[in-house]
Amino acid sequence: MSINNQRSFFFNVDWLTVLLYLALCTIGWFNIHAAVFDEKHPSIIDASTNYGKQFIYINVSIVVAIVILLLESRFLTALAPAFYGITVLLLILVLVVGRNVGGNQAWINIGGGFRLQPSEFAKFSTCLLLARYLSSVNIKVTELKSFLIAAAIIGFPMLLIMLQPDTGSTLVFCSLIFVLYREGLSPYFLVISGLLIVLFVVSLLYNPLYVVLTLVIIAALIIFLFRKHRQLIFTMLVGLAISVTFIFCVKFIYSHVLKPHQTERINILLGITTDLRGKGYNVNQSKIAIGSGKLWGKGYLHGTQTKYAFVPEQSTDFIFCTVGEEWGFAGSVVVIGLYLFLILRVIYLAERQRSPFSRIYGYGVASVLFFHVVINIGMTIGIVPVIGIPLPFISYGGSSLLSFTILLFILVKLDSNRMGIV
Amino acid sequence: MNKFFERRYVVTGIFLVIMITLLGRLYYIQIVDDRYTIYANSNVRRVQIQYPSRGPILDRNGKILVQNVPIYDILVNPKDVKPFDTLKFCKLIGIDKEGFEKRMVKAIKYSPNKESIFEKQLPYELYAAFQERLPEFPGFDVLPRTVRTYPDSTAAQFLGFIGEVQDRDIKRSNGYYKSGDYIGVTGVEKFYEQVLRGQRGVKVQMVDSRGIPKGSFANGALDTLPRAGERLTSSLDIDLQKLGEKLMKNKLGSIVAIEPSSGEILCYVSSPTYDPNLMVGRERGNNAAKLYNDPYNPFFIRPIQAYYAPGSSFKPLSALIAIQEGVITPQTTYYCPGYYVAGNRRVPCFHHEVHGEVNLAKAVAESCNGYFDMVFEKLINRNGAKKTDTSFNYWRNNVAKFGLGSRLGLDMPSEGRGNLPKASYYDKVYHKGGWRSSTVISLGIGQGELLATPLQLANIEATIANRGFYYKPHLIKAIGDKQVIKHEYNVKNYVGVDSQYFKPVIDGMQNVVEYGTARASKIPGIIMCGKTGTAQKAVGIDNSVFVAFAPRENPKIAIAVVVEDAGQGGTWAAPIASFIVEQYLRKSISQRPSGITPDYYMNANLLPDLNISLQNMLKERRRDSIRAVRADSIRKVKNDSIKKAAQLKTANNNKSGGLSGLLTSRRTGK
Repeated sequence: MSINNQRSFFFNVDWLTVLLYLALCTIGWFNIHAAVFDEKHPSIIDASTNYGKQFIYINVSIVVAIVILLLESRFLTALAPAFYGITVLLLILVLVVGRNVGGNQAWINIGGGFRLQPSEFAKFSTCLLLARYLSSVNIKVTELKSFLIAAAIIGFPMLLIMLQPDTGSTLVFCSLIFVLYREGLSPYFLVISGLLIVLFVVSLLYNPLYVVLTLVIIAALIIFLFRKHRQLIFTMLVGLAISVTFIFCVKFIYSHVLKPHQTERINILLGITTDLRGKGYNVNQSKIAIGSGKLWGKGYLHGTQTKYAFVPEQSTDFIFCTVGEEWGFAGSVVVIGLYLFLILRVIYLAERQRSPFSRIYGYGVASVLFFHVVINIGMTIGIVPVIGIPLPFISYGGSSLLSFTILLFILVKLDSNRMGIV
Repeated sequence: MNKFFERRYVVTGIFLVIMITLLGRLYYIQIVDDRYTIYANSNVRRVQIQYPSRGPILDRNGKILVQNVPIYDILVNPKDVKPFDTLKFCKLIGIDKEGFEKRMVKAIKYSPNKESIFEKQLPYELYAAFQERLPEFPGFDVLPRTVRTYPDSTAAQFLGFIGEVQDRDIKRSNGYYKSGDYIGVTGVEKFYEQVLRGQRGVKVQMVDSRGIPKGSFANGALDTLPRAGERLTSSLDIDLQKLGEKLMKNKLGSIVAIEPSSGEILCYVSSPTYDPNLMVGRERGNNAAKLYNDPYNPFFIRPIQAYYAPGSSFKPLSALIAIQEGVITPQTTYYCPGYYVAGNRRVPCFHHEVHGEVNLAKAVAESCNGYFDMVFEKLINRNGAKKTDTSFNYWRNNVAKFGLGSRLGLDMPSEGRGNLPKASYYDKVYHKGGWRSSTVISLGIGQGELLATPLQLANIEATIANRGFYYKPHLIKAIGDKQVIKHEYNVKNYVGVDSQYFKPVIDGMQNVVEYGTARASKIPGIIMCGKTGTAQKAVGIDNSVFVAFAPRENPKIAIAVVVEDAGQGGTWAAPIASFIVEQYLRKSISQRPSGITPDYYMNANLLPDLNISLQNMLKERRRDSIRAVRADSIRKVKNDSIKKAAQLKTANNNKSGGLSGLLTSRRTGK
């Protein structure tokens, strides 16, 4: 490889994405500093503290990012199944030798006080293999066989992670439905998924009988209005039948499939139960932290909720509280803006790829990022149930930062090479 | 580009909408909804009340009656407790192992992370030993507080005591008091609570999620300093008070002495009394229970709550009203054959003594019942027998001006009214028109339904001493360092008798002490004017009553002494009063010509036998209580006794109840 090639290679890197990435990492680092501030170790680079450690993780991640940029693109495509295989092996391994933290058997000790979370790495390896499979010649998502294989690629790690059981990380893979949609999956899947979520919530909030009655009336109205479209009538009737069945299944899912702490979280979210001292404590305190930030926030290291540890898990899953409390609505807008900008940029990068592999992978990155951001911030402000997944680049944690870095920089690498042949 | 290219806009659209939803929600909770700021503040803010020290109370000469001493609460924070020598610990603070465990469980139940009170009110002696060893007991701490202390153990019923607030106090205070706060429960402590308690300060602190303090909130901008309670200067003379309590030891009764020129109460004895220090400290609960169960009822504030028939001590007042109304003159004479005939009744003089020809002064000096029955009949019959009730009410109103039958408005809680019946009362008992002056003749000599508190009796003497007016009697003469005096205490209350009419009555009162019924109590060199009373009760021994003021010119002290179940006024009450008067005027007690000494009175035990008292009590319930009415027709007697019994019952229910309750109502002289 000549020096000339090297130069052009760095020239092709999408610096905007890199800048957004660095901005988010830095914001995360400072907010972790505030969240777990220790008066005995005030320095932000003191390695005995979590903010010092995060600084190390950021540096390691940058090194890893550079390494990825130096790799051959072909290498990534070729090794996609290998990455996937290793991840699956690790996911199985973690079930055997893993360390149980907070009820999830998600961690493998790798010595030196560091731990590895295989489910974090499953995200990019699944995206890679999915991209590899869907970009193969003659594969169309619209065909049932291909769809099932694609679904299996996504579903297998999901199953293993569910066994840990880490519900949050499992659900992340659902976001890949956007990838499938972009590649041709029928929009009905999106609509039906959305409908099912709405039905789930509605039938928990109201008496299922009334919900069914309402649905029947709506269906009857639609059928009456479009009575000349036979096809539509049929679809409506099938849809109605499925909906009604689903509604009656909700109670069953609720009491048999979901775990008690999960139903409790949903109950709290929907306001069916209030338990501000027990199960609902976390979200309530989180809302108080964010809500009390007002427009400009209380200032760096001056958030009372943050400083006096009212929100548990504040450096990891609830890191957004620190943003909301100390930087206010202004800070929240900046952070969400950065995410939105990054995600849209990722979609833009994906769309400008010549190779389907890169495009599909790009959509995977955007979907995973989007899901993490929405669910994480949503739960801190009490609009989605508490699901323990980190805020990308900002939450404290080496595994998560590293895996998001790899996830993103593989795309940056692919993009920098978009003119070449993959 | 592929054929699903346009789907990028759908995906982007969905992402945008959902992200904007997040922003909308954030806008709502951060900008629109203000509740969270309040919640966040209430999370971290702990308002700590800074208690001011309670105001001390001094006597009229600046000697301390109550002040504060430090005591020490032991606090425990279960989180920090590590294994230690519990046996040694228990020994140091004087509790047993069981008590230790009980307290520990309570503390953990309160909060495993927060400090709570482990043991209250450790006295200094125990604290000193404990403090030295404190480092051996991690998790324990000591909080200094103050409690009341009474250096002279005197004037318990005057001072009252403080105690933890009850729920109703908290409700009534509009949130000022919190559970565990202290408040004046009785006496001055209650009446002057708002002055004594001072003004609280607050310290706003920041705490973390576990309640651990993290410094002051907003650099102390919201903090206020406590302001100590005002100092009260009482009108009592501590030496007089102590002498009075000694003289009344082992007797039931009361002494009230007033400075006529100001209305200030100099001496306020209620006997039996108790050591106010008993109501403080760790043994308070046990002590209080013992005192509550004491059949002689030391918590009964006799100076203002006990009702006694004034007996003959009422006669000077009777005479004054009669002169003012013009029904007699000082020269009016009456021949006393040893009794007085009223209607078909014969009212005897004391011991059926024949006084012969008596004028006003002599009648007072020798306590001639006949003379005053005559006076009373003249007053009540002045408009003829048919207008008995209007004349009676006229008489009643004149008596009421002296403060009988209503509260004098003493600066103490639970003052009693006494009893001064209206005509309507007799109308009810005997039906309208069914009674004559002869029926109620005993009122003329301070008996019958007429009942007064020792304070009222003393106040009448202050009025006579002032020749016609009194200042509202009060126990606190000045408030605070500025010595603020309430305006109402500077107002003369006239009783409607011209000052010129007092001389003959006072002459008589002087003679009472010079050669009359109280001659044994004559103080060499001091002219004391007084009147004995031997207040009859239906059963048991009479109450010994003596009222007086001295010296005759420019009086300095007016006094009322009641000794229950003691017999004649001259025997017990008068000598006791004379010692108090002399002590106050001379600061010493001289040799008496009669040979009486304070020691004899201090050592005498006149407490009634409880068994006999109880039997009398039960007897009394079945009998008519007014001896004078006994001669009336049987029907009237019956009516009356039923009425009385019912009244007595309710009276008992209203009082503290039990044996002490029975005794109490009996002593009111019904």
